[in-house]
Amino acid sequence: MHLPNIEDSLASWPPLARLVSNVSRRDFLKFTTIAGSGLTLGVVIPTVAKNGALTVLGVEGTPGDYSTPFVRIDTDNTVTVICKHVEAGQGVWTGLPAVVAEELDASWDQMRAESSPAQVPTYGNFAFGPKGNVQGTGGSTSMANSWDQLRHAGAYARAMLVQAASNRWKVPASEITVSEGVVSHGSGKKAAFGELAGAAGKLPIPKDVKLKDPSQFKLIGSEKRLPRLDSHSKSTGTQTFAIDVMLPDMMTAMVLRPPLFGAKMRSIDATAARAVPGVVDVVQIPRGVAVVARDTWSAKRGREALKVSWDESGAEKRGTDALFKEYRQMSGGAEAVKVDKRGDAEGALSKAAKVLDFEFEFPYLAHAPMEPLTAAARLSPGKCEIWAGCQFHTVDQANAALAAGLKPEQVTIYTLAAGGTFGRRATPESDYIVEAVSIAKATGGRYPVKLIWTREDDITGGRYRPATYHHVKAGLSQDGKLVAIKQDVVNQSIVAGTAFAGMIKDGVDPTAVEGGATEQYEIENAHVTWAQAKVGVPILWWRSVGHTHTAFVKEVVTDELAAAAGKDPVAFRLSLLEKHPRSAAVLKLAAEKAGWDEPFVSGKTANGSFRGRGVAVHESFGSVVAHIVEVTVTDGSVKVDRVVTAVDCGIAVTPDVVRAQMQSGIGYGLSAALYGKISLTDGKVDQTNFHQYRVLRINEMPRVIEIHIVPSTNPPSGVGEPGTPPIAPAVANAIRAATGIKLRKLPFDLAAAKAMKT
Amino acid sequence: MAIKLTVNNQPQELDVDPEMPLLWAIRDHLKLTGTKFGCGMALCGACTVHIDGQPTRSCVTPVSAVAGKKVTTIEGLSGEAGKAVQTAWVGLDVPQCGYCQSGQIMSASALLAANSRPTDADIDAAMSGNICRCATYARIRAAIHKAAETLPAKS
Repeated sequence: MHLPNIEDSLASWPPLARLVSNVSRRDFLKFTTIAGSGLTLGVVIPTVAKNGALTVLGVEGTPGDYSTPFVRIDTDNTVTVICKHVEAGQGVWTGLPAVVAEELDASWDQMRAESSPAQVPTYGNFAFGPKGNVQGTGGSTSMANSWDQLRHAGAYARAMLVQAASNRWKVPASEITVSEGVVSHGSGKKAAFGELAGAAGKLPIPKDVKLKDPSQFKLIGSEKRLPRLDSHSKSTGTQTFAIDVMLPDMMTAMVLRPPLFGAKMRSIDATAARAVPGVVDVVQIPRGVAVVARDTWSAKRGREALKVSWDESGAEKRGTDALFKEYRQMSGGAEAVKVDKRGDAEGALSKAAKVLDFEFEFPYLAHAPMEPLTAAARLSPGKCEIWAGCQFHTVDQANAALAAGLKPEQVTIYTLAAGGTFGRRATPESDYIVEAVSIAKATGGRYPVKLIWTREDDITGGRYRPATYHHVKAGLSQDGKLVAIKQDVVNQSIVAGTAFAGMIKDGVDPTAVEGGATEQYEIENAHVTWAQAKVGVPILWWRSVGHTHTAFVKEVVTDELAAAAGKDPVAFRLSLLEKHPRSAAVLKLAAEKAGWDEPFVSGKTANGSFRGRGVAVHESFGSVVAHIVEVTVTDGSVKVDRVVTAVDCGIAVTPDVVRAQMQSGIGYGLSAALYGKISLTDGKVDQTNFHQYRVLRINEMPRVIEIHIVPSTNPPSGVGEPGTPPIAPAVANAIRAATGIKLRKLPFDLAAAKAMKT
Repeated sequence: MAIKLTVNNQPQELDVDPEMPLLWAIRDHLKLTGTKFGCGMALCGACTVHIDGQPTRSCVTPVSAVAGKKVTTIEGLSGEAGKAVQTAWVGLDVPQCGYCQSGQIMSASALLAANSRPTDADIDAAMSGNICRCATYARIRAAIHKAAETLPAKS
């Protein structure tokens, strides 16, 4: 993982420091039983060894303490894996149980998944820091972070079931086998897990266990698909999301927020709002005015009836056109700080045989998950309960505590399936959760409150992928080799001014520039700078974060350099990947499967449309993905006909989930490439709903997507995000191959292609 | 005055603002939460229900407009096409986050009830009103074809 240490950054954040200091540390493996109900395999707290591998320190047991398990085997023979990561579609409720099932030799039918409580360090994310002091889902780390821990949990559980059988049958443990959820002995004795769970839970803890060699895996990596554990509930309308939470006496709330980012409320007239039938309360909270009602429609009606006057003197009033003008001026200027410097880029460029100059603009982007932000909160003396598709448990717990006036450990979070997030539910200030808690607090805790954001709230509400400008100069030698690159990036910092500011190193926010060409290709002379724009538009990590723009720049620049050098785009990339064998292997696999070396006629076809093929490869979140796409441009619009994808994500635990994530990453990235844009006019967001913030629909999804997974014995790495970065540049390169149009702004403007029709 | 309608074959009376969208009446008052809110403007299809068998966006349909009509939500989905669609959805593991899938399934089952051998163009026409941000579209298309295979062809 190349994630910065988020834990260290948060360590100095007062709310979190308090939380961590109040949690008792249990650096031990704990096995416990719930009285009479089976085997509960408890806390496995690994620490990180010097080589970065996770190791389990030791063992400690307190019978009857069922506080923080990872695996629970009930007498009804179900095996429940307690998942510390939110299921937001990326498949953790399937992938994490698969890891346990493998080491446990369970039957897939008996596996279940449930969300863990918000509790550190037990459920901390070790990709965020070695102490487990921050729980959250992000950076495509769920599997990488749980892999070793859950393998151990499964293996310990198996060993204890075997010991229980050994004791019961009076046969040596070494003679007992486990397969498909059945413990058996050569004498013909057999028992299901549930029959042994109670006895197993009372046993002393084995000193250590042996994990399977990957060659012994039966479930992990199997092309015999493991059905997702959440498909049935999500195909019958029975999956509960936060918006579906119904609590006794619960009220529904909507919040009127400032019309401009940074505007403040001057005065409020709630008379008409209070008169709306069903409205029970109107309260002011730090982020706006909340209307609380008996149902959603009344809350919406009440909000529409609010009369609020806003003080816009301190608000952000620039439009996006003005911002990009400023970004161009700031680029590489006095405020720019060094990101990377090697060799003599300026000198090499001055001597280069050919220099190509590029300017790129990327708009703000909303995440627009299908379930808008929603959370329910209930306050009672000394207690705050939250129901949410929580993505950032520890941060949310601390922020909710501040809003409620409680201690973090008095905040209980029930994590529900999230109706998509793509980063949106992981905010440093826990916006939607704090709103729900603030409303519950402002109404005196008289009733539970469910906060609902409308789609308009979501699209206009900020927390966007930062608008970004890149200026690149790249030089080729006489023999067509890349000799130097000068790259200047301008955008806002996601982490500056937040609890995550500690992630900034040497003045550079890594999330602003990650994934640039100098990280991923061998370039002798390079100078990369970043200038931080100060804008009042709230921003956030958006599926693949900095890679959303750096991959596009890198792969479009590389493709045009190859063309300028008269070289094949794949071969040119491979020449830059000599020290990046994984990326090279992924690119080669994609090229082979796509038939890259077979003839492909680019350009105008007999029927007047244009055909083209394009490639891009990119490493992010520990994985490498290459896409090779074929497009048809007709009458100024592009259709992606075929995508051939190769991915190296280490061991693909559940290959079908990996494929689903690649498909998803492609579709999400295509939305941004073809349509995605949040623009502002005089500080006001121009788009409000899906008619203006257009996203990909079924008729626009590539009809052919072939996904090839590189066989690997490396530990699993990310799959939720890495499919997204290379799709837009692959399509841009294909469009250039088809039409000659060089795309420099997202979303793609194909007006020039329309003109070519004639 | 209460509005009378039938929801999932059960007679219901809703004493709510007649302008209240059916979506919120179903969710908040009948406690049937399988139907989802996504946009409020009939742009995303997450709220799709059947009204007298026709796929309809409940987020822009006032309760008053469905008086005396038969509403079917995901919870009440039955019949050959509906079951075939749900079986195919589970069989191909279509859902990711799952939030839009009730609406997708209601649109798909209405399509198959009317046309048990849809072409890709038919699927595009029937399903392009349903957004999925996880982009499960390839599997949605495959699942509709798979469900169709299990249904008798209609002449």
